[in-house]
Amino acid sequence: MPDLLLELFSEEIPARMQAKAAEDLRRMVTDRLVAEGLVYEGARAFATPRRLALTVHGIPARQSDLKEERKGPRVGGPEAAIAGFLKATGLASLDQAKIQRDPKKGDFYIALIEKPGRATLDVLADMLPVIIRTFPWPKSMRWGERSGRPGALQWVRPLHAIVATFGMETEEPEVVKFAIDGIEAGQTTYGHRFMAPAPIGVRRFADYEAKLQAAKVVLDAQARKNIILADAKQLAFAQGFELIEDQALLDEVAGLVEWPVVFMGSFEKEFLSIPSEVIRATIRTNLKCFVVRQPASPLPAGERSAARVSATAGEGALANKFVLTANIEASDGGKTIVAGNERVIRARLSDAKFFYESDLKTKLEDRLPKFDGIVFHEKLGTQGERIERIERLAAEIAPLVGADVEKTRRAARLAKADLLTEVVGEFPELQGLMGKYYALAQGEDASVAAASEEHYKPQGPNDRVPTDPVSVAVALADKIDTLVGFWAIDEKPTGSKDPYALRRAALGVIRLIVENRLRIHWSRLLRDEAIRIQQQQWEDSSLLDELLDLPATGVDVESIRNALSNAAAESGLRIGLRVSSDLLSFFADRLKVQLREQGARHDLVDAVFALEGQDDLLMVVRRVEALGEFLDTDDGKNLLAGTKRANNILAIEEKRDKRTFDGAPIPALYSLAEEKALADAIDLARVEASVAVMNEDFAVAMSAIAKLRPAVDAFFDKVKVNDDEPKVRENRLKLLNEIRSVTRAVADFSKIQD
Amino acid sequence: MDSLPPHMRPERSFQGLILALQRYWADYGCVILQPYDMEVGAGTFHPATTLRALGPRPWKAAYVQPSRRPKDGRYGENPNRLQHYYQFQVIIKPSPPDLQELYLKSLTAIGIDSHLHDIRFVEDDWESPTLGAWGLGWECWCDGMEVSQFTYFQQVAGVECAPVAGELTYGLERLAVYLQGVDRIMDLNFNGRDGADRVSYRDVFLQAEQEYSRHNFEYADTAMLFEQFRMAEEACRKYLEAGWNNGGNRKEHLMALPAYDQCIKASHVFNLLDARGVISVTERQSYIMRVRELAKACGEAWVHTEAGGAATLSFPQGEGK
Repeated sequence: MPDLLLELFSEEIPARMQAKAAEDLRRMVTDRLVAEGLVYEGARAFATPRRLALTVHGIPARQSDLKEERKGPRVGGPEAAIAGFLKATGLASLDQAKIQRDPKKGDFYIALIEKPGRATLDVLADMLPVIIRTFPWPKSMRWGERSGRPGALQWVRPLHAIVATFGMETEEPEVVKFAIDGIEAGQTTYGHRFMAPAPIGVRRFADYEAKLQAAKVVLDAQARKNIILADAKQLAFAQGFELIEDQALLDEVAGLVEWPVVFMGSFEKEFLSIPSEVIRATIRTNLKCFVVRQPASPLPAGERSAARVSATAGEGALANKFVLTANIEASDGGKTIVAGNERVIRARLSDAKFFYESDLKTKLEDRLPKFDGIVFHEKLGTQGERIERIERLAAEIAPLVGADVEKTRRAARLAKADLLTEVVGEFPELQGLMGKYYALAQGEDASVAAASEEHYKPQGPNDRVPTDPVSVAVALADKIDTLVGFWAIDEKPTGSKDPYALRRAALGVIRLIVENRLRIHWSRLLRDEAIRIQQQQWEDSSLLDELLDLPATGVDVESIRNALSNAAAESGLRIGLRVSSDLLSFFADRLKVQLREQGARHDLVDAVFALEGQDDLLMVVRRVEALGEFLDTDDGKNLLAGTKRANNILAIEEKRDKRTFDGAPIPALYSLAEEKALADAIDLARVEASVAVMNEDFAVAMSAIAKLRPAVDAFFDKVKVNDDEPKVRENRLKLLNEIRSVTRAVADFSKIQD
Repeated sequence: MDSLPPHMRPERSFQGLILALQRYWADYGCVILQPYDMEVGAGTFHPATTLRALGPRPWKAAYVQPSRRPKDGRYGENPNRLQHYYQFQVIIKPSPPDLQELYLKSLTAIGIDSHLHDIRFVEDDWESPTLGAWGLGWECWCDGMEVSQFTYFQQVAGVECAPVAGELTYGLERLAVYLQGVDRIMDLNFNGRDGADRVSYRDVFLQAEQEYSRHNFEYADTAMLFEQFRMAEEACRKYLEAGWNNGGNRKEHLMALPAYDQCIKASHVFNLLDARGVISVTERQSYIMRVRELAKACGEAWVHTEAGGAATLSFPQGEGK
């Protein structure tokens, strides 16, 4: 069966878009083929900086003929319906229609429509232009003379040529005939921009790929990556170094070249006095080059002292070498290219060194006053105010996580200071890390310095969670302040919108707590932080001053001031309480997501959060874990069933009587042994469970409650709840209510799904 | 190029580089303009780009534009950063199909052989918040160094470009540093001469960098600048308002250029205030917005002028200012 070859040849496509574009092209063309009834055998798509290419093989040469029966109006139906039927089916008259007998509903017309299949070549000529015009580039553009007209073609960058051929492997293929905005599909492509720019005639994929290879274009991105990686490793190895692999950079570099040629260059050793991360960021960001390191094994003493020891344990220090990937076999063998890149790297590293060294001249704390002039958020005051709040909150949290209060204060004060350094200005991705270097350089305590980097963690689900108590306290304070602040001004995440990454912050808080096993009651902390933010905003606002400027003589200024500040305090408290409870339920939601991802049931989280005063997230997690294990046992399952049954009966009877059945049952009214036994079992379980909960041993609490099971089962077996005697009925309902209340020692069973 | 005497050659002399580019683009058919006579942050601000990019009329121009970025001053001490530098700007509307080839040939014209060097087009989406403009294109790299910006304008001054113009911006100092093989901009040979006749970039500009850095960061009169910003904004609006001429049912503008001058002025004054550190982050946004509003109003006025192509536009009845 025939194959399709399609190539869209354009000006340079951004590297980051190439892989997805190739996949989109494959998906769009093959989906469309299938929708047209053309089932293919296989398809592969490719991208280089200058082209998207697609081969689809084994496509039938024609669509099959379609036969379709279409039901029409009943015989003798209204004229309009018959006319419509003829028009829709293309029949000349009713003589061409069949009549279908139907004794029940009456006879009706049937049209037999035969639709001959079209040649695939024609189908392609119709569908390819549509696909090209509707291609989902993240950003596309207009160009040239036609861009002034409405409906001009949009592409990621100017599109210059289209190859589209269709045919059997053994025959000369045909061109799929179509044109878009003056570009006619044909059989001509072009090789490497500099090494083989002449037009190339191609027939099908096999000769297309081979001719491109000969014209210095490696079509397959994976092949380009393999070349770059293998050559880079080889070059590093040959000089006794180790390549520092970087997948994202490799992906990008492979998208910047059609013909990768890898070289190694070097820079002056003196630059190794700059932190290795800064060197790497400089070389990676500005030049898209790889860096190499000394092998992990020990080096001769001399060389070792020359190189700065890397921050990452177990790795060799960075070497004064880099690996670049050019797009050309230059006429001088690459000497000029290497020399050029070395000069650029030297210039960039001089900049970086200059920035780093001038950063070192200013102490971190001396940078702080500047934060007073930087707005964090319009409604949340300045960065300076935020840092003050974080410091205060961190100091409050410190004793709860076993951190030294003074160190924590110092760490919180300095943690953000590197945002104002030149290196971080150049490379924002080094925030925190630079703070650590600068803190160590000015002789700060190791924990204090580490917090600068660690307090941003964890950044995502795969990021490491800090464990040093000082870092933990500052990390929590930083995230809590952000969350409380945005909750206080009602800027919560909605749907897919979360511009301040608040979900990530909440998840960070949860992971810090759970993984460090921290016991903290959050309600009051959250409330107080919210009140502080309100207070700060109130003090910042000029409303009070403006009011007091009123030239109204005789007014008791002092009493106005008091009244206003009382009102502010009251509203602050109200908002504080709201924020605290809202945020706790947001944590519950995030915790649900987190636990669900780990395989736990989200309804169990609900069942635990439904209890009063659950603001100790670690305990919530422990309860959920114990509950999950309990429900996996037979006792758990049966007790759950019994509790649910009790709940259901109660719900019905409460509704009927329009009352609840709270309060203790009266033992004198027990008439059956099962009643008495259940009451005793409940009393025992209540005592045992509450002791266990007090000891925070939820497994023991669960098994205490599990002991209820035989008594509950027997009760439902033998006892008729809705006794004719109203007093007995009420007493039995109260007993059922006791089951519900005793199980609430561990969770609200009514929230658990079957 | 071989016929040039050594001191005129682009790889030996800063002015030789400028002359070579001018010659190349003049030969292509561009009008070679002189720098705009106002302080601007980039060659794009020149009305020959900002305004001429709008409207249907073809336009080909090239010029050097001294550009001022007050915040980038380093008292002449940083090898690569200056508060005043030169851009060479080319603007061609509609963008010709072979603009990339034209650009590469211009590199050949200044001594960059594309078979010897590694020349790359690396994604760079250009956006100017103050001009209400954006386009797609690349940074052009030569052996890892960004030597030019290449942009297909899609929108300028809030107006869709129809047709699209292609814009090339060469960073002249960077390019010259590369061509001359020196490490600091100040070390550039300006006039291509040797010995006593040699004039370096340092001879011409070091003192200016020092003085202007002092001015930009320490002494620029902020009270005056705030006032100037306000005045420029007001004047721009006043001229725009006065420029509308309602003839029949066609709308026509008669003062887009003088109004745009005031927009440029406001933009530069804002940059100075920003360098002085007297504008907070939130205020910064609002100043940028204010300049953008001026730029958009100027663009709107420009497309109702003769050169902006007003004659080719038709306006529905009843549209009025």
